[in-house]
Amino acid sequence: MNWDWDYAWEVLPDIVGEGLRITLEVTVFASLVAYVLGLALALLRRSPFAVVRWIVWGFIEFVRSTPLIVQVFFMFFVLPNIGITLDPVPTGVLTIGLHYATYTAEVYRAGIEAVPKGQWEAATALSLPRGRTWTKVILPQAIPRVLPALGNYSISLLKETPILLTIGVLDIVGAAYQEGSAAFRYVEPITIAGVLFLILSYTSSLLVRRLERRVARSN
Amino acid sequence: MIHFDTVDKRFGDNVVLDGLDFSVRPGEFVTLIGPSGSGKTTILRLLMTLEQVSGGQIWVGGECLSHTKRGETWVPADDKHQRVVRKRIGMVFQQFNLFPNMKVLQNITEAPIRVLGLSRVDAEQRARDLLELVGLSEKVDAHPSQLSGGQQQRVAIARALAMRPDVLLLDEVTSALDPELVAGVLKLLKDIAETTDITFLCVTHEMNFARDVSDRVLMFDQGQIVEDAPPDKLFTEPDHERTKSFLRAVLDRG
Repeated sequence: MNWDWDYAWEVLPDIVGEGLRITLEVTVFASLVAYVLGLALALLRRSPFAVVRWIVWGFIEFVRSTPLIVQVFFMFFVLPNIGITLDPVPTGVLTIGLHYATYTAEVYRAGIEAVPKGQWEAATALSLPRGRTWTKVILPQAIPRVLPALGNYSISLLKETPILLTIGVLDIVGAAYQEGSAAFRYVEPITIAGVLFLILSYTSSLLVRRLERRVARSN
Repeated sequence: MIHFDTVDKRFGDNVVLDGLDFSVRPGEFVTLIGPSGSGKTTILRLLMTLEQVSGGQIWVGGECLSHTKRGETWVPADDKHQRVVRKRIGMVFQQFNLFPNMKVLQNITEAPIRVLGLSRVDAEQRARDLLELVGLSEKVDAHPSQLSGGQQQRVAIARALAMRPDVLLLDEVTSALDPELVAGVLKLLKDIAETTDITFLCVTHEMNFARDVSDRVLMFDQGQIVEDAPPDKLFTEPDHERTKSFLRAVLDRG
């Protein structure tokens, strides 16, 4: 196997430019969907209405028990049949965000349960309304503790974004694959893509570790 | 002010309170003593609606806390009803349970603003006055984690008083404190009891304190009141053998 530096330099801008931008865009927005929706699922799982709890439980089990790629295809190829058509990038953001929301829901659940029972009791003793207890007492204590875990899920999520190549999203891997097939030479673009992911995941995990230390200190 | 009408409380098969009847008059300071597991803390938790009765009714200030009337029949009260009635009741906990994400001032002002509808200015003034009362004026902007146990419990007392409760429940409020901090907190509670007309219901193992401040002491055993007497009588010449043996055990230890 030989490595062609000239070819590598030629394909680099497309992979590091537009490809990287799309990977970051999908990662950031899908993470936001996962954070917000995950919290909503975690709260709904504690609903006083059993029906709501069952529906949420069923949804979480369903999403976790089916492969992400099936969900991506479903959103992209099946939904248009009932009149919902989304571009590839929004489809990817929504699907991956939804998928990971079922994991972050579990993270939030653990964080909420880690808040001592005495906090709920003090809120009851002060007659604080339920909503106020959540927003002012419980979540401000639960969420800081779960931030590192949420960050780790964002790193996992980042590494799953190339799956969107299958619906034509030209992220890092999509761009690399496109360059490779244009020249029938894959070694350089795919290597570049791999190294890029290595840099992204490694720097993010350093950030998460810093966050972890900060959270540990403030507890 | 408080009336328990044949109240039962069971946790599964475990009977904690068995047909309990007792009343507390407005302004009275009543202390509950007895071995652990005798149901004292459960009484406070029922009043604070942290637990629900298994049978019987609880009345507070002429209103039924545990039940509401639907037509001619009594049904267990929903949370909305209980929230209204329990506004008159405050509680101080063994573990303080301050909100660690809020500064001292906000711990005290949050409920008066949200629940009583006080303006921020009024609530903060009330909080500062109460902090002065409990001797912590300089800790307004501290976080609970920066305070000693005794200071945290003083803030918790101020937080409860900020709601201007008619009834204050004290649940072993000095049990988690370092021994040298106990006396100060008890002194503070005694001052409050003597200068306000709040009705107190107190669970404690501090027998000297109970004897000093109580109007009445109730001796509990196995979910029932064994003896109900003024402190001077109960601590010096109790009628019941069970009270005698309990007091012997706790006073020897001290």
